[in-house]
Amino acid sequence: MNAYSRRKFLKISGATFAAASVIGTASYVSKSTKLLGSEKCENGIRKVPTICNLCFWKCGAIAYVKDGKLWKIEGNPLDPLSNGRLCPRGTGGIGTNTDPNRLKTPLIRTKNRGEDAWRVVTWDEALNYTADKMLKIKQNYGPESLAFFSHGIGGNFLKHTFKAYGTPHIFAPSFAQCRGPREVGFELTVGDVIGSPERTDIKNTKCMALIGSHLGENMHNSQVQELSQAVENGASIIVVDPRFSIVAGKAKYYLPIKPGTDMALLLTWANILIKEKLYDKEFIDNFGFGFEQFAVEVSQYTPEWAYIETGIEPELIIESARELARYKPASFIHPGRHVTWYGNDAQRSRAIALVNSLLGNWNHKGAFFQPTKFPVPGYPYPPYPETTRPRADNPGKKYPWAGEEEGLTNGIREATITGNPYPIKGWVTYATNLMNALPNQKETLKAINQLDLLVSIDIVPSEIAGYADVVLPESTYLERYDDLHSSPFTTPFLGIRQPVIDSPDNQKPNWEIAKQLAGKLNLGHYFPWKNIEEYLKFRVEKAGLSYSELKEKGIILGAKKPVYIEEGLEQKFNTPSGKVEFYSAQLAEKGFDPIPKYVKPEQPPAGYFRLLFGRAPVHTFSMTQSNPILQDMMGENEVWLNIDIAKSIGIKNGDYVRLKNQDGVISNKIKVKSTERIRTDCVFLAHGFGHQAKAMKTTYLKGASDSQLVTRYQTDPVMGGTGMNINFVTILTEGV
Amino acid sequence: MARYGMVIDTKKCVGCMDCVVACKTENEVPDNLNRDWITYETKGKFPNLHQEIRSERCNQCDNPPCVYCCPTGASHISDVGGIILITSEKCIGCKACMAACPYDARFVHPDGYASKCTFCIQRTEKGEMPACVSVCPTYCMNFGDLEDMNSDVSELLQKRENHALKTEAGTKPQIYYLT
Repeated sequence: MNAYSRRKFLKISGATFAAASVIGTASYVSKSTKLLGSEKCENGIRKVPTICNLCFWKCGAIAYVKDGKLWKIEGNPLDPLSNGRLCPRGTGGIGTNTDPNRLKTPLIRTKNRGEDAWRVVTWDEALNYTADKMLKIKQNYGPESLAFFSHGIGGNFLKHTFKAYGTPHIFAPSFAQCRGPREVGFELTVGDVIGSPERTDIKNTKCMALIGSHLGENMHNSQVQELSQAVENGASIIVVDPRFSIVAGKAKYYLPIKPGTDMALLLTWANILIKEKLYDKEFIDNFGFGFEQFAVEVSQYTPEWAYIETGIEPELIIESARELARYKPASFIHPGRHVTWYGNDAQRSRAIALVNSLLGNWNHKGAFFQPTKFPVPGYPYPPYPETTRPRADNPGKKYPWAGEEEGLTNGIREATITGNPYPIKGWVTYATNLMNALPNQKETLKAINQLDLLVSIDIVPSEIAGYADVVLPESTYLERYDDLHSSPFTTPFLGIRQPVIDSPDNQKPNWEIAKQLAGKLNLGHYFPWKNIEEYLKFRVEKAGLSYSELKEKGIILGAKKPVYIEEGLEQKFNTPSGKVEFYSAQLAEKGFDPIPKYVKPEQPPAGYFRLLFGRAPVHTFSMTQSNPILQDMMGENEVWLNIDIAKSIGIKNGDYVRLKNQDGVISNKIKVKSTERIRTDCVFLAHGFGHQAKAMKTTYLKGASDSQLVTRYQTDPVMGGTGMNINFVTILTEGV
Repeated sequence: MARYGMVIDTKKCVGCMDCVVACKTENEVPDNLNRDWITYETKGKFPNLHQEIRSERCNQCDNPPCVYCCPTGASHISDVGGIILITSEKCIGCKACMAACPYDARFVHPDGYASKCTFCIQRTEKGEMPACVSVCPTYCMNFGDLEDMNSDVSELLQKRENHALKTEAGTKPQIYYLT
């Protein structure tokens, strides 16, 4: 990195030099003999504590370098999220570095968008080009006409640059395409969000219900570890899913629900808990608001009625409700994470919050804890310029509970297409592949066509990079420092991501891109620090910690605070009434149902199946398929099809088919998993496969892309999220 | 002498393949080859299904046909906990061991010799757990001395119902699955 680290290195020892200076030809061999990060070296092996970046969980990790080559990554035992054990993606993290598709150098497009014709340029030229276009957009349309999309803590410094530039349009698909409805539903009901990591106390629970959430296939590390502890402790698990998921195999009650009818089940559960007087009366007396109206409203939802809607036997509905009540308050319904399903998702999340409230479980051990976070002062930057125009992603606050912080990605796409309420002329994306994250790829392309500038900052040439004007190759998480990491959890902690090896080619870390771009935009004064270590050290020391200790350990724990009522926490609800809002005056005022109501979902036409998608344990979104280690584990997805259906149409397990959706969109070929483990009215596939970008040489057209097939979406009127489980597909066996 | 074995809790396992990935990096297993793998077994008719998920590998048999059939003595029973090992220098790549193994646990390494799970002997002889055990996010895998009645693995076998794989082959496999 700099002369200082080299001198420091030379002082360490000759043996270290010999071990670290082996130079090979493979791309993962360190270019130089510099030692990076804070490291220990024995027998030619260096260990560097860092933070994983294979998903959003951000587990503490320790990377091993053997004879100058990245060898393996393990969990950091000090880390409360991983407890020293990473998930398969984290364990396979070194494949991020060896990915053969990696972007190596900055590129500028030479032909039409999407034609994959590029000119190799220097960083200086790429950033000058970007800054020049950004300044023109500011001059012609105003700074609000630029939008920045990002995912992960790697985006923090770039966010800073774009806020300094003057745009309020900072986005992440994690709100409107993922967990937004859950946060809004819970905030409207109990006055607080679920957050990330989820505040669910799975390890101490006695009963947990999962609605479509497939823990164990989504490898949210701490949650999966705790699930295993709950199983060991003999906790009752209730799984509600059209698919017999991995966790369904561990459940006491499996409810094979008809897709889209979860609300019917939830309201019926509420009715049973109230009618049979199984709810926590004392809790409701103290903390319930509008309970009587709620009780009257849900009395219409009987188990017999719910059977018709959901397909679940009345006895099973009653038994599972009683099971939840039996263990209250150490009993809960998991709020899920990716919950943008049907467009009524905030209301469904509210129903989940309300059934939980009947169990009196908020802030209780074995249900929902109150997270604590390590306090770290920010860096003293100059104030950002005030924006003069309101945000364009949600004009007139059409969606009253759209997220301010993460914004409506689909809203800004709409504004970009229409030019209303004002033109949006520039998009910059960081580590988010909007082509696969947003529903309806045609609309995304339409918006892209309106842009004067599209910049993609990523480690691989993803679909969105294929349409960019400028592509900026980033160093992987194993090659860079990032902002400090502190998540709200049961124990406060601070973690640091630090480089393990050098970038193999002409890639740069995000902080350097952000700082250099700011310089070219005449915003250099927003980056008063010389390099990221100066910034990190400043903040760590302001937090009262030793920077060298943090580098050495990777994770420092803070003082534990009470996280449950059982530990002395005081019960509190930050709602307008100060109570759990069974009746929401806030919703009523904006014209929405103050108490959640069931609405029948549209059913697939004859010969069609509802398209459901979800996670596989070895991949994250559409970003890890080209990691060679993870690709070796799962190189393509399969479409899950009920075995009786498969037989009836003459399809065998392992046959290739194509899927055609209701709008005539035909997928790439995909292997059939003919199985007992799914209902007959839906199909399922793991998200993120079937890459359509040719530059993704090793993953191009491997498996089918659900993103391509999700042409329809239903916007949630409460918060603007995109419900995506409303697409239907039929199966084509010809032309495969 | 110690007799190393594994006891794997199928109730806790989610089949995430972390064990497979950890083995690959720890032992630098070549692309498209694996020393361990996951088997999902589903029985019944939807929605009344029973599922068993198993992390599988060489069963480190007590009666190992792979050792008996090896013409060069490359396949052998080591002094470290009875782990079955292959001396790669002695192996001629004849594949007799692969044909003899009822578990299909062996493969030919691109460098020409037979290869398989070694219970991470480079770790276990130092008292560390095999990579797959140490990485498992569900803590479903247990490794230890089956001869020692007080070891975690022996206690689990006494407490819980369990089975080994293809015991009818008579190879005396030393990996047990808790059910």
